[in-house]
Amino acid sequence: MLDFLQNLGRRGLAFFERLGRGHMFLLRILGSLGQLIIRPWLVIQQLYSVGVLTLMIILVSGLFVGMVLALQGYNTLVGFNAEESLGVVVALTLVRELGPVVTGLLFAGRAGSALTAEIGLMKATEQLSGLEMMAVDPFKRVLAPRFLAGMIALPLLAAMFSAIGIYGGYLVGVELLGVDGGAFWSQMQASVDFSNDIINGVIKSVVFGFIVTWIAIFEGYDCIPTSEGVSRATTRTVVNASLAVLGIDFLLTALMFNV
Amino acid sequence: MNSRSVEILVGAFMALGIAALVMLALKVSNLASFGGDDGYEVHAYFEDIGGLKVRSQVAVGGVQVGKVTAIDYEMDSFRARVTMKIGSQYDSFPIDTAANIYTSGLLGEQYIGLEPGADIDYLAEGDTIEFTQSALVLERLIGQYLFSSAGK
Repeated sequence: MLDFLQNLGRRGLAFFERLGRGHMFLLRILGSLGQLIIRPWLVIQQLYSVGVLTLMIILVSGLFVGMVLALQGYNTLVGFNAEESLGVVVALTLVRELGPVVTGLLFAGRAGSALTAEIGLMKATEQLSGLEMMAVDPFKRVLAPRFLAGMIALPLLAAMFSAIGIYGGYLVGVELLGVDGGAFWSQMQASVDFSNDIINGVIKSVVFGFIVTWIAIFEGYDCIPTSEGVSRATTRTVVNASLAVLGIDFLLTALMFNV
Repeated sequence: MNSRSVEILVGAFMALGIAALVMLALKVSNLASFGGDDGYEVHAYFEDIGGLKVRSQVAVGGVQVGKVTAIDYEMDSFRARVTMKIGSQYDSFPIDTAANIYTSGLLGEQYIGLEPGADIDYLAEGDTIEFTQSALVLERLIGQYLFSSAGK
C-alpha cells in the first residue's frame, strides 16, 4: 500500500517537475528572443528547415483534403438542392478548423520531430555543453531561432493549406462535379467573414505554432542524452504536440465561435 | 547548400504564405468590397425581420449594394431597427426609397431589397427609410390561410 502511494507520489512529482522545467525553459527562450534582431540569419536558416522543407507535405495534403471535402460535401448538399453552398462548406471548414489543425499535426510530425531529434542529438553528443564552454549561450544561439522560426512558419503554412485546399475544392466541385463556379465563389464570399473566420484561423495557427515548437524543443533539450532517450523524446514530441493541438483547438473554438 | 539559395527559398516560402493569406482575405472573404468605412449607414424599422441577420445582403434589383451591419430592437416603438451600410458609389437613392425583406428562393437566406422612389433628395448617412415591408413568415401565411378557409 505504502509502496503504491510512494510510486504515485514519485510520478506526480516527476510530472510537475517536468511541467515546471518546461515553463522555466519557455521563459528563458522568450528572454533570448530579443537578441535575434541582430542575428536574423539564424532564424532564416531555421525557417528553411522547418518551413521550406515542410512545404511539400502541406501543399499536397491541403490539396487532397480540399478535394475530399468537396466530394463529401457535394454528396450531402445535393440532397437538399444546395450544392451551390459547397464553396461555403469547403472554405469555412478549411479556414476555421482543418487548416490550422491539420497543419499543426503535420508540422508536429514533420518539423517537430526533426527539431527534437536534432536538439536531443546535440545534447547527446555534448555539442550544447560545448557551446556553453565557449561562453556561447545555447538558448540564444540554438533554441531561440528554432522557436521563432516555428512560430513564423506554422501560420504561413496554415494559410497555404487553406488556400490550396479551397482551390482543390474548386477543382472537384466546379470542374469535376459541375457546380456553378460563380455561385461557388460568391456564396463563399458572402458567408466567410474576414475578422471572424480568417483572423481567428490565423490566431489558432499562431497558438499551435507556439505550442508545437515549444514542446518540440523542450523535449529535445530535456531528453536523456542517449540514443534511446532521443528516440523516446521524439515520440513524445509527436504524441504530446498532437494532443495539445487537438485539445487547445477545442478550447479556442469554444472561445471564438460560441460566444 | 550555400546561404544565398537558402535565403532565396525562405523568401519564396514567406512570399507564398503571405500570398495565401491575401488570397484568403480578398478572394474568400471578399474583404475589399463593402469593407471598412467606404459607405454610408441608413436605418429602417420593421415589424418583423424574420430570419434577417447581420451581414445579410442589401440589394437593388438583384444587385448587391451593401449589407446589414446591426440589428436591434427599439423599445419605444416596439419595432426592430435594422442598420445597413450601402457602398459609397451608390450614393443617389431617393429619400422615399422603400425597403422590403425578401427571401432568396423558397428556403434561401433573407435579404433586404430596396426599391428606389422618386424624391429629389437623396438618402445620406444616418437617414431612416420610411417605407418598409416586413418579412413574409411562412408559418403565419399558412395560419392565415387555414383561418380564412375555416371561416367559409
